[in-house]
Amino acid sequence: MTTVPTASPSEAAPSAALRQAAALTAALAVWGLVYWRLASAADWLTASLLGLPVDESLGAAVSFFLYEVPKVLLLLTLVVFVVGVIRSFFTPERTRRVLAGRRETAGSILAALLGVVTPFCSCSAVPLFIGFVTTGVPLGVTFAFLVSAPMVNEVALALLFALFGWRIAALYAGTGLAVAIAAGVMIGRLRLEGWVEPWVYGVRPAGEHPADEGLRWTERMAAGREAVRDIVSRVWPYVVAGIAVGAGIHGYVPQDFMASFMGRDVWWSVPLAVGIGIPLYSNAAGIVPIVQALLGKGAALGTVLAFMMAVVALSLPEIVILRKVLTVRLIAVFVAVVGAGILLVGYLFNLVL
Amino acid sequence: MEIKVLGPGCATCKRLYQEAERAVAQSGIDATVTKVESIEEIASFGILRTPGLVIDGKVVASGRIPLAPEIVTMITTAAAEA
Repeated sequence: MTTVPTASPSEAAPSAALRQAAALTAALAVWGLVYWRLASAADWLTASLLGLPVDESLGAAVSFFLYEVPKVLLLLTLVVFVVGVIRSFFTPERTRRVLAGRRETAGSILAALLGVVTPFCSCSAVPLFIGFVTTGVPLGVTFAFLVSAPMVNEVALALLFALFGWRIAALYAGTGLAVAIAAGVMIGRLRLEGWVEPWVYGVRPAGEHPADEGLRWTERMAAGREAVRDIVSRVWPYVVAGIAVGAGIHGYVPQDFMASFMGRDVWWSVPLAVGIGIPLYSNAAGIVPIVQALLGKGAALGTVLAFMMAVVALSLPEIVILRKVLTVRLIAVFVAVVGAGILLVGYLFNLVL
Repeated sequence: MEIKVLGPGCATCKRLYQEAERAVAQSGIDATVTKVESIEEIASFGILRTPGLVIDGKVVASGRIPLAPEIVTMITTAAAEA
């Protein structure tokens, strides 16, 4: 971010910061109020205004939808804002500097952790990949980052936390990191640098760009608001679509139906879930409501987690984009390694929980 | 002045392109705005996040969408430095 010089920064900053703090507090208060009254409002709307009894299929689906859409969007806005501010402390440029030249295992662990807090969007996968591998970040370490960044992201964690509690959110984060690290180490060990598209290594790394160091708090708040503007505007159709699917499942699928093919007694439920999940694309915000509905209908936790990871970590659009820099063989290895990791996670949790 | 918007064609880079065009119109400075979608060329600028904004060969923003007013400031700064 460029800093615009102001006439008297020492005088301008405090009052601007104070006004922002006041606005922020007011916004949070309104947020809390609306959130608190949502459930009853949704039920009232469905039962009284639309005349649909909430314990029957259509009423249940509609009330689920009316409750979940504003709830998830509110949560999303809050989380994206907070994380936007946190992320102003971490930039990909800084991450790259930290990761350059690290050894495989330590590097993969670091990369996976940084993937969680470094901002990432699917279309950035290619410039990021090129930028990393041409400046001395090992291939395995880069992959650890590429797996953890989309999969263990703040939106997913926040929604899981809000809907299922901190235990499940922590579980998802922990296993997601483990899969990312394992993928990074494995791909690093296999020495697959030769399977990257040749032109990539010929790219001249350009010089360092001014990183976002030393931002003032007003600029960090602006980063948060910008994140909300960019991310929520991009993500809300997926949220609404995901909730609509979730509402349908909630209202119309009989209780325990999911147990029959997504339950823990069926050994093929995990591979099936992963197989369905890989070609699907949704970001975390859209998939979590579906996950919630599936769990409510008797699906096993391990299967559902595996499904969610498969959808978020391996997406067909991202693979198509990565085809520009990775040979088909490397993509296959990538999908296989990550897919195997997710399968293991699914089985592990069905066994243990 | 040559302004380039770097991006493989997703919604964010389209949005940046619109903001850049708006900024050029507002600033009144004579500048061309081109969209760069080729991955190779985008990579040569060394940015790690798309979309990217380049003014006369220098990367002024990456990974976010500065709105028109901010771009106008960048343009006028670049024009003054030229």
